Amino acid sequence: MTHLFFILTVALYGCATAAYLACLLRTSPLLTRWAGRILAVGFTAHLLSTIHLASKMKYLPLTNMQESLSFFSLAVVGGFIFFERRYKVATLGSFIIPVALLMLIASSSLHAEVRLLPPLLQSNWFWFHALLAFASYACFTIAAGVAVMYLIQRYFLKKKHFGALFQKLPSLETMDDISYRCLTVGFPLLTVAIISGSIWSEQAMGSYWVWDHKQTWSLVIWLIYAALLHGRLTIGWRGKRAAVLSIIGFIVVLFTFLVMEHSIIW
Amino acid sequence: MNIIVVGLSHKTATVEIREKVAFSPNQIEKPLGELIKLEGIIEGVIVSTCNRVEIYATTRDIAGGIARIKRFMAEYHHLPFETLESHLYCYHAETAIRHVFRVASSLDSMIVGEPQILGQIKTSYGYAAEFKSSGIILNRFLHKAFSVAKRVRTETKIASSAVSVAFAAVELAKKILGDLSDKTVMLIGAGEMCELAAKHFLNSGAKGVMVTNRTFERAERLAEEFGGEAVRFESLFEHLYRADIVLSSTGAPHCIIGPKDVEEAIKRRRSKPIFFIDIAVPRDIDPKVDNVENAYLFTVDHLQEIVQANLAQRGLEAEKAEEIIDQEIGQFHKWLSTLEVTPTIVALRTRFDEIRRAELDKTIAGWKELPPDAEKRLEALTVAMMNKLLHSPTFVLKQAGQGGRVDLYVDALRQLFGLEALQRDDEELELEE
Repeated sequence: MTHLFFILTVALYGCATAAYLACLLRTSPLLTRWAGRILAVGFTAHLLSTIHLASKMKYLPLTNMQESLSFFSLAVVGGFIFFERRYKVATLGSFIIPVALLMLIASSSLHAEVRLLPPLLQSNWFWFHALLAFASYACFTIAAGVAVMYLIQRYFLKKKHFGALFQKLPSLETMDDISYRCLTVGFPLLTVAIISGSIWSEQAMGSYWVWDHKQTWSLVIWLIYAALLHGRLTIGWRGKRAAVLSIIGFIVVLFTFLVMEHSIIW
Repeated sequence: MNIIVVGLSHKTATVEIREKVAFSPNQIEKPLGELIKLEGIIEGVIVSTCNRVEIYATTRDIAGGIARIKRFMAEYHHLPFETLESHLYCYHAETAIRHVFRVASSLDSMIVGEPQILGQIKTSYGYAAEFKSSGIILNRFLHKAFSVAKRVRTETKIASSAVSVAFAAVELAKKILGDLSDKTVMLIGAGEMCELAAKHFLNSGAKGVMVTNRTFERAERLAEEFGGEAVRFESLFEHLYRADIVLSSTGAPHCIIGPKDVEEAIKRRRSKPIFFIDIAVPRDIDPKVDNVENAYLFTVDHLQEIVQANLAQRGLEAEKAEEIIDQEIGQFHKWLSTLEVTPTIVALRTRFDEIRRAELDKTIAGWKELPPDAEKRLEALTVAMMNKLLHSPTFVLKQAGQGGRVDLYVDALRQLFGLEALQRDDEELELEE
């Protein structure tokens, strides 16, 4: 059952990706609308598959790379749907949805070994921490997607290329706005995630902060986004600088997520 | 007599080249004087706008005239002849007439249908008339061009497309600034295009306008018209940071806004972007401003690219306009061929009439007692004689006008009867304004 939903999700995300990429090439409100619908159905399937898995396993599917990637993807798509509704920027889908699809495919290619939940994870603080962390990651992913779009649009404006893609991309101000909104949502989430994580660490290990790779890199991520937000609020870091930093932040997030294993869990 | 046109425009030269070849209106007397001193050039008009620099002239020697004007343009602006020549186009006879009609009608404009060009040609012609570099042919020619432009304007919808560049500017601004409803426009200098663009920004919801001008009164007047705020030119940089959109078209000979000024303004507005449109030639805003982060500088050249896409739908109106121009060329061409005939005939008649009247007056004055209605009869008699005498020469001259060997007759008559009136008949052709 979970598997069926999963396959369905991959297929639907695939279709949505194709539709969103086609939107870049051809202007068609109908195509855009269908891309959104397919994605919404895909997201529902993804959500159901996740819930189904969770109810079967009796815990949130966040305990290994396969589950985490899928959950990451789910959070990104959910975040995208939220921002798309709000800002009406379908073009964002062309940049974000392929990433979500890739994550999902990577997730499905990983081998899922059946195992017992490590006792360390049997803490409500852990679930709280992990949920918030993924929500913040989703925000940062979208911020990075918007930053890439911003840099492309900025390039077009500086080089005076007024092609089809230029027409399709939203205004710099809108992208700046979305990126800022992502930060203002993502950063507090990350902060609370780190705090709840350290509480869990205290419960599980007896120490709030153990300076393992994961924690150290989480702190680096936190500092990057803190700098970005601070720069923005005090001296008005916008535009290219903010976009580049936001992309760097995302790269560090990905690196931390994919490479740095949690010393506590594994 | 032939009309020739030598020039360059946005279609053949970039703004960098056009800047170098532009003639400043403040010192237009000098080039106009030099132009008509060129060998074989009889009349001359210089049109210099931000999008084109053109010289209209009359000459008997087409090839020589064109070559000398080309060389004159290069030498006057101290440019290597070869560099300049590759950007120049030249027309003569009917193609020249068509070209000028199209330019005046704004069919050749960067923004087809923009209203400014007609005024610019009128001003250029005004200078030429003032400094007596234009004569009978160019006078008539340009007046014809003005009336053609008027016809095109009233009979086609081409003018409504002028809006397109302003529209393009607004669209471009939206690509940078997003929603315009909380944005402020700053207008530097005056100019129809600028004002048109400002109006468009306001219609698209821009919050307010600041107007600045070297003459503060002018700024105040414009500001009042827009319901905006007048800013003294000297304090331009104190207010620059408040502007989201800057439209500039002053007649300044060099840049008035540099990258340093913009950097400062952007810093002061905490990196919020500023959208600059430079309509002036020579440019008002240093091209380096575009390198400043969060500053986006566009010239009319750039706007045109966007406009081009919208042009297709206006094709029909342009076709209609071309048709009008075709008709008018036919008429003007006919006039041009009889050009030297008509004034000669007029002059001849005037000469005859002067003699007749002088002799008649003398005779009547010498008469002591005049029978009733003698004066009337004498008048009728002399007029009839004059008309009979002139009938044949007039007819022959008109025929010659259609045929083309008119110079011979005109020269002969001028010498035989001492007709000087041929030189200028500016009276009938005064500025229309």
